[in-house]
Amino acid sequence: MSRTMIILLALVAIVFAVSWAAKSASLDDQYDDYISRGFLITLAAFLTLSILSFLYKDNPFYKFAEHLFVGVSAAYWMSLGFWSTIVGNLIPRLSVTLSAFFKVPHIEDEYALYILPDKVSYFIPVVLGILLLMRLSKKAGWISSWPLAFIVGTTAGLNLVRYLRSDFIEQVSSTFVPLLVDWQGTGRFFSDFNLYAYGQFVTMLGNWVIFIGVLCGLVYFFFSKEHKGIFGGASRVGIWVLMITFGASFGYTVMGRISLLVGRLTFLFHDWLELIG
Amino acid sequence: MRNSRVKVNGLFFVLISVFFYSGLSAEEPLIPNPEDTTKICIPRPPTNVLATDAVYDKGNVVNLNWVPSPDDNGDGKILQYQILRRLENDSVFALIDSVIAGTAFYKDETVESGQTYQYMVVAICDGGSGPSEPSPPVTPDMEWLNFALSNIFVIGLLICGSVIYFIGKAKSGRPLFIRKIAGLEAVDEAIGRATEMGRPILYVPGIQDMDDVQTIAGLTILGRVARVVADYDTKIKVPVSRSLVMTASRETLKAAYMAAGRPDAFNENMAQYITDEQFGYVAAVDGMIIRERPATTFFLGAFFAESLILAETGNSIGAIQIGGTANPAQLPFFVAACDFTLIGEELFAASAYLSGEPRQLGSLKGQDVGKALAMIAIVLGAITTTIGQAWNFEFISAIADLLNSLFRTN
Repeated sequence: MSRTMIILLALVAIVFAVSWAAKSASLDDQYDDYISRGFLITLAAFLTLSILSFLYKDNPFYKFAEHLFVGVSAAYWMSLGFWSTIVGNLIPRLSVTLSAFFKVPHIEDEYALYILPDKVSYFIPVVLGILLLMRLSKKAGWISSWPLAFIVGTTAGLNLVRYLRSDFIEQVSSTFVPLLVDWQGTGRFFSDFNLYAYGQFVTMLGNWVIFIGVLCGLVYFFFSKEHKGIFGGASRVGIWVLMITFGASFGYTVMGRISLLVGRLTFLFHDWLELIG
Repeated sequence: MRNSRVKVNGLFFVLISVFFYSGLSAEEPLIPNPEDTTKICIPRPPTNVLATDAVYDKGNVVNLNWVPSPDDNGDGKILQYQILRRLENDSVFALIDSVIAGTAFYKDETVESGQTYQYMVVAICDGGSGPSEPSPPVTPDMEWLNFALSNIFVIGLLICGSVIYFIGKAKSGRPLFIRKIAGLEAVDEAIGRATEMGRPILYVPGIQDMDDVQTIAGLTILGRVARVVADYDTKIKVPVSRSLVMTASRETLKAAYMAAGRPDAFNENMAQYITDEQFGYVAAVDGMIIRERPATTFFLGAFFAESLILAETGNSIGAIQIGGTANPAQLPFFVAACDFTLIGEELFAASAYLSGEPRQLGSLKGQDVGKALAMIAIVLGAITTTIGQAWNFEFISAIADLLNSLFRTN
């Protein structure tokens, strides 16, 4: 470790200690556990700044925050998986004794398959889960493909109808739009021409954009024909429509991300430094 | 007879009211006493109460319709309707719910399939009530098939049938044409660049589990990439956020290295589990990108808020980047920060194209049949709707209605 790094670490340690002491002092009249609260807020601020320091370049503080985050979250998810799935879902339905042992209320057979004897249906996921763990064995690893196939197959089957309905049929029927709205002849169209938001021309324009946009978008995603000639032209219009949509979506999402940044800055300047009210 | 009695009662109440109110001083408010029993009203009851079993349900719904009381004309006299129910053999009706005045429909979702029920609707006004005649008995029952969704079944059958047909065709060895996909042309070039530069390749198969079809597509493409990587003897790193994806990635890599005749070069640590936590995973992969400076990065799978963070970090080190996801909200970020992007279904098409696997190829061709069907339907639907509305041709309107009914979902 270089001398500069040692000085930097010492400096950060001092700033941390001062911040902890100052924060604890400011929380003294509000909470009994003001020392631990002061520590947690200071630690959160330190970790926030450590992660943000990545914007400058990779550094030991970022590495520390990264490794802490990965380690803690991996352990947290492992623990959460056990307590929410095994203890939270399975055990209360499986056994009164085990429920009492884990201090969770017993649940009667709410999801039981009535064609099977009592509790048997709950052993199906247990067996599938154990088979999945066979992956850890070199000899019996192949068995884990079966529960995996079950998971993929059931998910695909369950989603087929949902996607067919929402992403296909509803989209098609929503594109059955009239291309001439309130049509009373060409002469009337030009004599009454206006650019009102809900006027005839603007409504018709919107319907044409939907019609051509959807059609050309579908052409772009048609893989059985080379994109040449008229098909190629339609496909190019399709990609333009997609890019314009992506542009709008980009701006919209960036605005959402700005609000996340505001949240972090609010924490730093309000909760930690108390510079803003 | 009943109406005349109501009128006589009404006149009597008016006279009584005039008598009482005439004795009040100007300062006293004209508020009737709630305990004033002389103000009781008796509304005329609702009629034609009809209970019917809801169709295409589990037998747990009864629809109740009635003709509102003639006194329910919006003047506030009728306060509400009470819904009473009894089992056929019971003698007493029990209150189950109430609805506001002006309502003529109630959906009872608390019935049991196979039981027979009777209903009564009671009009309630201030201090009085008008009960209807009991409804004819109704026995809710479960329907095994929902024929209202038969159009979805037919369309699904058509598309699935096409998929099965094309899978069979692909398995028989007949070639199936799939157009070139721009992003895929760059795969070999990108791997070659990493080899020349002596830097590793980073492959991220998304952050979802193996039950997500995008992850499966990402791993299929990984198989093809890993095979070229094995041929070129380049390093590859596959950080994953799910344990199952880690084992599947390892198997894919192992199979690719064996197919390339380089089983000795395979190392299990090529695929590493990081964490399930979305941003913990992002922090680790970002660190990996900055420290190991891969020449090429692949982001192919299911991505969410991490897409821009990953792609932008890769962009900052000058890596060739190939991104692809079917999550529409994340595509703009890949388009902005990656050199090549597989947009939506192109990810699955790429998977089929690279693997040449009959099931994937057949599935892709079958879906193309669905798209062709959609295009034809959209053109026909828009034209018939336009002509039907603009020139009122009944026959054309009938075709438009038919198409609308074929593509309705409720």
